[in-house]
Amino acid sequence: MSTNLLAILPELILTLTGIVIMLAEPLIAPGKSRKPLGWLAILGTAASGLAAFYQLQICNAHGTITAFYATIQVDAFSVFFHLLIAAIVLVTLLASLDYFEAGTVTHAGEYFALLCFGATGMMFMTSSVELLMVFIGLEISSISTYILAGFRKGRATASEAAIKYFLLGSFATAFFLYGIALCFGATGSTSIAAIAAGLTITSTPLLGWLAVAMVLIGLGFKVSAAPFHVWTPDVYQGAPSPVVGMMSTAPKAAAFAVLLRFLFSATPMYRSHWILMIEILAVASMTIGNLGALAQRDVKRLLAYSSIATAGYILVAFTASQQDAVAAACFYTAAYAAMNVGAFVVLTQLSGFDEKLRSIQDFTGLALKRPALSALLAFFLISLIGIPFTGGFFGKFYAFSAAVHSGHTWLAIVGLANSGVACFYYLRVLSALYSRPVTDTLSDTPTTPRRVTLPAALALTATAAATLCLGIIPNHLLHLVQRATPTTTVAATTTSPVPTLTPR
Amino acid sequence: MNQMNFDPIILTLIIATPLAGAILLALIPEDTSSPTGSKRHAIGALIITLVTLLLTLHLPAHFNYSAAPHTFQFEQNLSWIPTPNIHYHLGVDGLSMWLIVLAAFLAPLGVLASWNSIRNRTKLFYTLFLLQQVAMLGIFVALDLFLYYGFWELSIVPMTLLIATFGRTENRRRAAIKFFLYAFIPSAILLVAILWLYNLTGTFDLPALQALAATHTLAATPTALLLCSIAFLVAFAVKVPVFPLHGWLQEAVAEAPTAAVMVLAGKLGLYSILRFSFGIFPDQSRHVAPILIALGAIGIVYGALIALIKTDLKTLAAFSTLSHVSFVVLGIFTFTILGLDGGVFQILNESLIGAAFFILLGLLYERYGTYDMRDYGGLATRHPWMATMFVLTTLAAVGLPMLGGFVGEFLILSGSMQSFATHHILWTTLAATGVIFGAAYMLWMIQRVFYGSPGVRTEEVHGWDLCAREHLELWPLAALFLIMGVASPLWMRAIDTYGAPIAGKVVQISPGVYKNIETETYSVNWQEFNRDCIDHPGHCRVEGSARMETAKEVR
Repeated sequence: MSTNLLAILPELILTLTGIVIMLAEPLIAPGKSRKPLGWLAILGTAASGLAAFYQLQICNAHGTITAFYATIQVDAFSVFFHLLIAAIVLVTLLASLDYFEAGTVTHAGEYFALLCFGATGMMFMTSSVELLMVFIGLEISSISTYILAGFRKGRATASEAAIKYFLLGSFATAFFLYGIALCFGATGSTSIAAIAAGLTITSTPLLGWLAVAMVLIGLGFKVSAAPFHVWTPDVYQGAPSPVVGMMSTAPKAAAFAVLLRFLFSATPMYRSHWILMIEILAVASMTIGNLGALAQRDVKRLLAYSSIATAGYILVAFTASQQDAVAAACFYTAAYAAMNVGAFVVLTQLSGFDEKLRSIQDFTGLALKRPALSALLAFFLISLIGIPFTGGFFGKFYAFSAAVHSGHTWLAIVGLANSGVACFYYLRVLSALYSRPVTDTLSDTPTTPRRVTLPAALALTATAAATLCLGIIPNHLLHLVQRATPTTTVAATTTSPVPTLTPR
Repeated sequence: MNQMNFDPIILTLIIATPLAGAILLALIPEDTSSPTGSKRHAIGALIITLVTLLLTLHLPAHFNYSAAPHTFQFEQNLSWIPTPNIHYHLGVDGLSMWLIVLAAFLAPLGVLASWNSIRNRTKLFYTLFLLQQVAMLGIFVALDLFLYYGFWELSIVPMTLLIATFGRTENRRRAAIKFFLYAFIPSAILLVAILWLYNLTGTFDLPALQALAATHTLAATPTALLLCSIAFLVAFAVKVPVFPLHGWLQEAVAEAPTAAVMVLAGKLGLYSILRFSFGIFPDQSRHVAPILIALGAIGIVYGALIALIKTDLKTLAAFSTLSHVSFVVLGIFTFTILGLDGGVFQILNESLIGAAFFILLGLLYERYGTYDMRDYGGLATRHPWMATMFVLTTLAAVGLPMLGGFVGEFLILSGSMQSFATHHILWTTLAATGVIFGAAYMLWMIQRVFYGSPGVRTEEVHGWDLCAREHLELWPLAALFLIMGVASPLWMRAIDTYGAPIAGKVVQISPGVYKNIETETYSVNWQEFNRDCIDHPGHCRVEGSARMETAKEVR
């Protein structure tokens, strides 16, 4: 296999799967179940995950894979995100297999294909070291998620979600593109390594400075960091639950990956500048996210605000040295993916396609009717709070201790205070789940609700196991993400086209 | 003797048994069709708790009484997570050994007490009950702060759910939330304190931290250490509860089912104070001791006075609990051998007496469906056995000589008299009046429920006397009241290996320290003392009684 193909193997598999699904969709008679297409997508995603794993073996044996004129770079860092994205999409697919059966959706095939395409875009974002290539990946992933957000057609909230996401998203992407253009203006290149070298000798540092700001705005939107977060609650509320689980984690992971690469590899010389912006973004996201969540009555909106806050926690890690930052951010991203996707899978199972359960009130006493699902939701919420022995705790622990090590103790304190605030709104949901309604007499027989299907059960088991494992044996993942760091720097310097030039 | 050596894994077994049981019960489906089917979870829980009890009996059987102070036995120490440095470190000493046995002993009684009163959702009930058991046993054996914190948090969750789901009245949700917030907020601050300590020392290991504290090598300002110690103390004091922090107790006691109430207050918080506050912050704990002594004495009288005017039996029991745990608080913060030993002994007593009292109240409620004292009356003729047990429990609670309560209260009050805290005589006097009030409300309660003319409720409903299962619940407790009253050294021997070294730090025999004790008790120059200790190690290993003599001489 040629190096080029090997470098994009996971993306390639996903694209092919998506295309096959699109082609097969019209062949299935209208009204027939689209489940086989879903299984196809699951197979494709699993295969792409295996391909990413294969890449990891190659990387371990032969070092970084560089392909397509050094626009694609596969190292432990990008493989980590490939695996993470594949896992998130896989779980989402498993959870949504039966999601459409109950509804009146006739175009479920597109849904599966769009998930595959979206994942392709996100994977490209994490493995490219050329900003234009990143942009293309970002567009592929964004357009897929715009459509997915409005998938429950005909509902006002769904249309609102799709339109809002699309308009604001395009706007943010324009900022990102503008940032790339300014980078090119300052350095004459859009390759991360070349930018790093060019910025040290540029005669227009202001241009570079602006470029960093623009990129931060564009990616800040994608990770829903305050003050670029306003779309989040509306979109999460209107989008289908399994999609929200995916789009609150996978595109964010990809955007964080780009941000890590860009900030630490392309613009390390502007650290003193961008660290201020990161601090502002982090504090604003944590505070606005948590205070906003306190006021929410709708569970999906509440989780949307909690995801804004999470972006803030992850950004706290960015204030540390590269190795700490990469390790902490990657760990938190993975932990957040496990618990948040899990929470949304439970929501999907509980409320179904019609999303009957919306407000916290609707969840009252649910634990008595659906004990297993409620227990899982409770577990994910506990992890989101950050109680020890869950993935959420170590996510926060590593992020805050990274900040403390780099001398940003005040950020860690703000984060801790915010985690305290966060308890209250998660606890509201928990207390609703586990309080017996006043009318309940303890003697009623539990009704038999819709059963959890096997694929959904698999998805739930996987996310719960991941959340638990990250909470009791976090070191395996930590080692992986700690190893992920040096490769990015080494690769960035070796592929630098102007290694001999000295700074001005 | 060619038997297998269980010592290194016994503690893991003790925790793992109820945990495995909880998982097992959660997997067995509920069957309400047949009487035996609906009891399967109760039977399962009973077997599991009995096995756990048998396992815990291994500890007193193989306890080494001559081990050096501040060492732990049956230790298991495995590295778990390298970053942060968390160990799976379990161990037992004279303090925790009997508490573990106590917790395991109360569990089967709790199952028996729930046998008939919990008819629905038995699976949920017994699963949560066993998880609560895991958390309690875990708290008693964990020696790694992080591990301990995990168990501590775990102890909050099942209890909240038990109250929220199996609460008696519509007030259950409020009671559950109140209990949860009271427990959770201070423990969140406790987590911050633990992490701060980790940041300072790089270890969660209790023996390591104890060693650091003993040699005064914790590199932090005294104010920071004091604040940290207060974060620890407040989290524990809420769980006890210590006097002004008891806001959650009444509603939680009123709502929680009998088996949960039995383990609600007291031992977890008190143990944690003794183990962690005294262990890691010995100086800071002595610094705040006068305040805690005052709060303990106030709590004794306050709880007793409130109990005196309440007509609801559960409310009365709640405030009597407050009064009893305040005795322990008073005892342990005197930092005298008598106070500490008596305090620890009283934790055991108080738990047993409280358990018996709550079981008996539960039995009354099962028969008559009310906790209002005014509806009762003249029960003694109808339920002679129940009346006997009630009276016996009451006598143990009020501290009749020959019964367990007397030993604990006597030791605590004598310890408090000997302490060096400011106004200690005043507080001891106040606490001693609490004994009188305690006798008043308990005996008055007995009189109103069991004697006099029959009440409204007792005339309407015809209850029955104790059945075999109920006899089985109460006799072991009654027997223990008596045994603990006449053979207290059986327990005291282990407790003293913990209490004596802790108390010893106050009354030292190196000359430099002596001088200070009479005038300024709590500003002893510990650095100087420690140097003395290193120079003359023999001075620090004086037997408990000898040290008491020295203390008296000094005073």
